Amino acid sequence: MTSKKTELMVGIFVALALAATLMLALQVANKGMSGSGEVYQVSAKFDNIGGLKARSSIKVGGVVVGRVTRIYLDNQELIPVVDMEISADYARTFPETSSVSILTAGLLGEQYVGLTPGFVFPGEDPIYLGDKEGETQFIVDTKSAIVLEDLIGQFLFGKDSD
Amino acid sequence: MNWLINLGASTLGKLSGLGNASLMLWGGLVAFPRLKNIPLIIQQIYVVGVQSLLIILVSGLFIGMVMALQGYTILVSYGAEGSLGPMVALTLLRELGPVVTGLLFAGRAGSALTAEIGLMKATEQLSSLEMMAVDPLRRIIAPRFWAGVISMPMLALIFSAVGILGGHLVGVDWLGVDSGSYWSIMQATVDWDKDVVNGVIKSFVFALVVVWVALYKGYSAIPTSEGISKATTETVVFSSLAILGLDFVLTALMFGIN
Repeated sequence: MTSKKTELMVGIFVALALAATLMLALQVANKGMSGSGEVYQVSAKFDNIGGLKARSSIKVGGVVVGRVTRIYLDNQELIPVVDMEISADYARTFPETSSVSILTAGLLGEQYVGLTPGFVFPGEDPIYLGDKEGETQFIVDTKSAIVLEDLIGQFLFGKDSD
Repeated sequence: MNWLINLGASTLGKLSGLGNASLMLWGGLVAFPRLKNIPLIIQQIYVVGVQSLLIILVSGLFIGMVMALQGYTILVSYGAEGSLGPMVALTLLRELGPVVTGLLFAGRAGSALTAEIGLMKATEQLSSLEMMAVDPLRRIIAPRFWAGVISMPMLALIFSAVGILGGHLVGVDWLGVDSGSYWSIMQATVDWDKDVVNGVIKSFVFALVVVWVALYKGYSAIPTSEGISKATTETVVFSSLAILGLDFVLTALMFGIN
């Protein structure tokens, strides 16, 4: 009923559609890279998160190591809490003393979380991020996003507001 | 009194048309699982999908290129030309891919389906099939219906992919946006479930509407040359309007309310 040529053309059509889907998945949405590996959770409390959003990246020296999963307000302390997941490739890499700060890529760019690895006391058994399974591990040393209005205020009225 | 009679008659006519269309759709849906119909569907995918490929590829490429050009001239004045990638990708995946594919599909394939079935009816081929105890819904309508519903999401995906490549061609290769930022900011922004899958769902819904309208208009066409031409026109007009209206509803449901 259907000639070989028709079947060939339909086959090419379907292959083309599959190639388009593959391209959209890998190249455009980056599905294969982000969702593949295992992750571990950490949280951090900030005074001000600025324009940080869920899915913003976590970078160490510019290298993306994880993503922000959730941002919410702590009910008791009324300060923002940022939940993050870091790729398990970097398990037992960053000491507990690491610090996180909210930075901006370029002048108008998106905001991201910059992670600065901390130090390990010599002779001590170090605790790394992701070591405590089952409970939320908080990064203590955090620096908030820079709000332009605060900066201008400090500039105008001296450093006393700090 | 006359206008009341007219109102009643036209309401009844509309309702029975809707009923007939639903019955036909039901026939098309139920008639799918027959294994021996698969070759018929492949034949129709060739007619409906493969033969629409050229217009989809060309228009996708040019729409992507135009969007990159327009977007660049605006974004560069804010120094934000790195955001060209996500702009092109999100516009194509969320809106233009499904909608423009739907409109082109209605013009290219929908009108052809209506004319073909209308002519089959005018030349009494459908009646002869019934005389030979072959159900025209199973034999003629169902393969075309499923071929359209299968083809159009694939065409929309191809449209979006080609459009993004076209945007790359103009934005990166011609205007000099950094290739790394074109792709990486796109990857950071575009979400698989929210953007790509929702776009596919949209084009699936549009395909249902376009093919349904096209087949019903052909099936119920007045079997004269004038009637077929009217039915073909109505197919393009109705399905285009339905696509644009449904697109707003679907967008509101998918992206509007958080």
